[in-house]
Amino acid sequence: MKNRSRIQILYFLMAIILFAVGIFQSWNVALTIFNLCLISSIMTLGINVQWGNAGIVNFGVMGFAALGGLANIIISMPPTSNAWETGGNFIVIGLMIFVLSIIFSVFMFKRVNFNKRIKYLISFLIIFVGYFIMRLMVDSPIEQIESIEPAKTGYLGGFNLPVIISWPVGGLLAAFAAFIIGKISLGLRSDYLAIATLGISEIIIYILKNEDWLSRGVKNVNGLPRPVPYEIELQSREWVLETANILKIPLPEVSSIIVKLSYSVLFLLVLLVILYLLQIAVKSPWGRMMRAIRDNEVSANAMGKDIKKRHLQVFIIGSAIVGIAGAMLTTLDGQFTPVSYQPLRYTFLIWIMVIVGGSGNNFGSIIGAFLIWFFWIQSEPLGLWLLSFITSHISDTNLIKSHLQENAAHIRLMFMGMILLVTLRFAPKGLIPEVKR
Amino acid sequence: MDFLNGITLISNYILIPGLTYGSQLALGALGITIVYSVLRFSNFAHGEFMSFGAMTSILLCWLFLILEINLNPLPTAIIVLPFAIIITIFYCILVDKIIFKFYRRQNSKSVINLIVSIGVMFFTGGLIRFIIGPGDKNFFDGERFILKAKTFKNYTGLSEGLALKTTQGITIVLSIILVVLLFWFLNKTKTGKSMRAYSDNKELALLSGINPEKVVLITWIITGTLACVAGTLYGLDKSYKPFTYLHLVLPIFSAAIVGGVGNPVGAIIGGFVIAFSELIVTFAYKKIFFYFLPNYLVPDGLLQILSTDYKIAISFIILVLVLLIRPTGIYKGKII
Amino acid sequence: MYILFGENITCGYGSVDILFNCNVGVNEGEISSIVGPNGAGKSTAMKALFGLLPIKQGKIILDGEDITNIPPQERVLKGMGFVPQTNNIFPSLTVEENLEMGAFVEQHDCKKMLEYIYELFPVLKDKQYQLAGELSGGQRQQVAVGRALMTKPKVLMLDEPSAGVSPIIMEGLFNKVTEIANQGTAVLMVEQNAKQALKISDLGFVLNQGKNLFTDTGNSLLENKEVRQAFLGG
Repeated sequence: MKNRSRIQILYFLMAIILFAVGIFQSWNVALTIFNLCLISSIMTLGINVQWGNAGIVNFGVMGFAALGGLANIIISMPPTSNAWETGGNFIVIGLMIFVLSIIFSVFMFKRVNFNKRIKYLISFLIIFVGYFIMRLMVDSPIEQIESIEPAKTGYLGGFNLPVIISWPVGGLLAAFAAFIIGKISLGLRSDYLAIATLGISEIIIYILKNEDWLSRGVKNVNGLPRPVPYEIELQSREWVLETANILKIPLPEVSSIIVKLSYSVLFLLVLLVILYLLQIAVKSPWGRMMRAIRDNEVSANAMGKDIKKRHLQVFIIGSAIVGIAGAMLTTLDGQFTPVSYQPLRYTFLIWIMVIVGGSGNNFGSIIGAFLIWFFWIQSEPLGLWLLSFITSHISDTNLIKSHLQENAAHIRLMFMGMILLVTLRFAPKGLIPEVKR
Repeated sequence: MDFLNGITLISNYILIPGLTYGSQLALGALGITIVYSVLRFSNFAHGEFMSFGAMTSILLCWLFLILEINLNPLPTAIIVLPFAIIITIFYCILVDKIIFKFYRRQNSKSVINLIVSIGVMFFTGGLIRFIIGPGDKNFFDGERFILKAKTFKNYTGLSEGLALKTTQGITIVLSIILVVLLFWFLNKTKTGKSMRAYSDNKELALLSGINPEKVVLITWIITGTLACVAGTLYGLDKSYKPFTYLHLVLPIFSAAIVGGVGNPVGAIIGGFVIAFSELIVTFAYKKIFFYFLPNYLVPDGLLQILSTDYKIAISFIILVLVLLIRPTGIYKGKII
Repeated sequence: MYILFGENITCGYGSVDILFNCNVGVNEGEISSIVGPNGAGKSTAMKALFGLLPIKQGKIILDGEDITNIPPQERVLKGMGFVPQTNNIFPSLTVEENLEMGAFVEQHDCKKMLEYIYELFPVLKDKQYQLAGELSGGQRQQVAVGRALMTKPKVLMLDEPSAGVSPIIMEGLFNKVTEIANQGTAVLMVEQNAKQALKISDLGFVLNQGKNLFTDTGNSLLENKEVRQAFLGG
C-alpha cells in the first residue's frame, strides 16, 4: 500500500509541475512536453516489460523506434508516380532473393552434415552469391528511382493510407525485427546482449540513412499526413473563433493548443490500452513465470520452462511497444529524419527513465518517463539560470563567463548522469519499486 | 610497373589507414578488455574516457602554445601527452573511488555495473562538452606529412602516390611502444602477474595475499593511460569532436568482442580485423583491377562490396557475425 | 603439542549452524585428517580454521597465538597455507607464475622455495612454462599444493586433495603429503577417501553431523570396529 500512496503523490506532483509550466511559461510548451512524455512512457513500458519482468537488456530502443517511424512513410505517403513501374518490383524481387539465400544457407547449415569449416564456407558463399544477384538486380532500378525528382521524391513512397494505421504497423515492423534480433542474440548473456542490440540498432539507422529509395535517407521525408486537423483549417472554424474570443487568447495559439490536445488524447488512449494489457499480463501466470525465470534461470530451466522461447516472446512484445511509440513520435513530428536518431537520446535516455522510475513497475516507468523527459527539456534553461546565478558577480565581458554560458546547454548530460547515478546508489529500486507478489 | 602501382595503391588506401585506425581501435579495445577482465563489467564510459584524455591534451596544447613550448616539426600533442595521461588517470581513479567502488563492495551484478557506467558516460560526456564545447577542435601542428604523395611519385616514377601523414606515423609508433610496454608489464613484472592472477581467480588471489585495491588501482592507471593515448591519437588524426567518441564505443566493443573479451592479444587482433574489414569492404576495386588485369577485362562499376556510407556499420555487422558464429571471439575470451 | 588447533568451534552459514563444539587440530610436523560422511561439516571446519567463515563460538590457536579474529590474508603471513577444493589454480598463468603468486607476500627465498617445490614435484619443473589450465587433474593439484607451500607455511591445509583424480595419482599425492610432513610442515586435510587418508595420518578426527565422534591416531581409528562399520565400509 505504500506504493499506492507513492504513485498518487508522484503523479499529482507531476501534474502540478506541468500545470505550472502551462501557467507560467505557456500552455503550448506544457502540451508539447506532455505529448512527448506520453510517447516516452510508452517506450519505457516496452523496455520495462523486457528488463523489469524478464531481465533482458535491450539497448536497441533507437532502432525499433526508427522502424516505427519508417512505418509512417510506408503507410501514409502517396506512392511516387512511375517509381514502381521503373523498378520497384525489381527491388522487391532482389531483396527477396537475398533473403531467400540467407534462409537457404541457414537451412543448409542446419541440415547438411559436413565438416564445420566447409559448412561455414558454403553458407558464406551462398549468401555472397545471393548478395551479388541482388546487387545486379537492384542497383540500376535504385538509381532510376532515386533520380525521379530527387529534390521532392526520389523514393518509392507509400500506400497513401491513413497515418494512424502506421502505429500498429510500426509495432509489427519492430516485432518482426525483434524476432530476427532475438533469434540471433537472446542466447547471449546480458553484456553481450546489450552490445549486440546496440550494434544492430545502429545498423538499422545506417540502412535508413543510406537507402534513399526507401526512406529518402538524409534528405528526410517531410509533410507526413496527420491524424488530426491542421491549424489553418481550425482557424476558419466557427467554434474555434468563439473559443479564442471567450478565452481572450490569440487565434493561432488556440488552434495549436487544440491540435496538441487532440494528439494528447490519442496518445493517452494508446498508453492506457497498453498499460491495461500489461497490467493484466504482469498479474497473469505468464507474468509470474517471467519473473521466476528472471530471478532464477537455473531452477526455472530445471522445472521445464522453455526460457529461450519465453525470452523471445517478451523481447518481441516489448520491442513492438517501442515500435508503436516510435511510429507515434514520427507522426507527431510530421517528418522522418533518420539523422535525428541518436543512441543517447533514444536508447540511453529511455533506460534512465526506466531505472529512475522503478524497474519492474509499470506505473514507475511512466512517472520515470515524465520526470526525466521534463528534466531533459527544462535542464537547459535551468542550467543557464544556475550558471548566471553562480557567475552573477563576474562581469559580462569576462571570457570564462561567456564561455561557460555558451556551454551551459550541455549541463543536461551531466544532470542526467547524476540522476541515474544517484538513483542507482541510494534508491536502486527506483521511485516506485516493484511490487512483490 | 603496373604491379608496383597496384601495390602502392593498396598500401596508400588500405594498408596505412588500416594500420592507423586499427591501432586506435586496438588501444581502445585493450582498455575495455582490461577493465572487463579485472573488474568484470563492460565499461560503456570508456569512449568518454578517451574523449576526456583528448580534451586534456587539447587544453594542455593551448597552454603550451601560450608558453611557446613546442617540438616542431612534431606536434605539440606529443609533449603534453604524459601530462594529459596523468590527468586522465586521476579522473579514472576519482570516478572509481566515488562510483564504481561502491558496487564492487556490494558484489553487484555486471549488468548493474554496466548501467552505472552509462551514468558515468552521461556525466563525463556532459562535463567534456561543458568544459570545451561541442564543436570541432583541430589541435594538430607541426609538419603535416612524413612522406608526401608527390615526393613519392617523383622519387619512384610511379603514377600512384604513397603518402604517410605525421599523425599516422605517430599513431603506429606510439601504439607499438605502448603495447610492448603493456605486455612487458603484464607478463614480466610481479605486479602485472598479480593482476592477471586476480582476473583469473579472484578468491585464490585474495588467499595468496594479493591486495585487491592495489590491483584495481593499477587497472585504472592502465585504462586511463590507454584511453588518453587512444583518444588523443584519434583526435589528432581525425580532428576532435566530443560527439564522435560516443560513436567510437561500439567499434571498440566490437573489436574487443571479436578478439575475445578479456584477452589482451585478442583486443589488438580484433582492432585490426575491424579496421581492415571496414577498408576492404568499402574499397573501390576498379583501380586495382585496372592495374592487375588486361584492359578489356576491367568491369565498368566502382566494384565496391558496400558503399562507403556503410563504413562504420561494418564493425557492427562483423560483431553480429562473430556473435552468431563464435561468441567467445577469435581468442577464447572470458565468456560474459 | 598442537601447532594449529580449533577449540570448541561452533559456526555455520547464516543462522544455520553446521559445527557444534568441534575440536580439530594438527601437531607440529604431523599429518591430521578430518573424515566423516557427506554433510558432516568437514569442509566447513576447514573454512572456519582458515577464517573464511565467521566463528560464533570457540577459538583458533596457531603456534600458541590466538588468531580467531584475523582475516585469512594475514593468516597466510602467520604461516598457514590453504588449498581449496576447487578453483585452486590460476588457469591462464604458467606453472611458475602460479607458484610465484603463492609467494606474493614474501619476496625472499622465492628462488629457493621454487627449487624445493620442483624437487618435490619434478613434473612441474618440466612444465614450468606451460599454462596451468592445460595440465591434467593430478598435475593441477600439485600446482595448487606447490602454490600454498611457497610461503613456507607451518601448517598446510588441504581440502579434499584427491577429489577428481584417479586412485594411482591419489596414492602418489598422499606420498607427497607424507614427504611434506617429514620436511617439517604440518598437514591438516579433509578427505573423502577416509581409509587412505587415515593410513598416513598421525591423528584422525571423525566428524558426524557437526560433532566430534572419534578422535584418535590414524591407525587405531582404522582398527576401531565402530568406525570401520560406520564410515569405512567394513
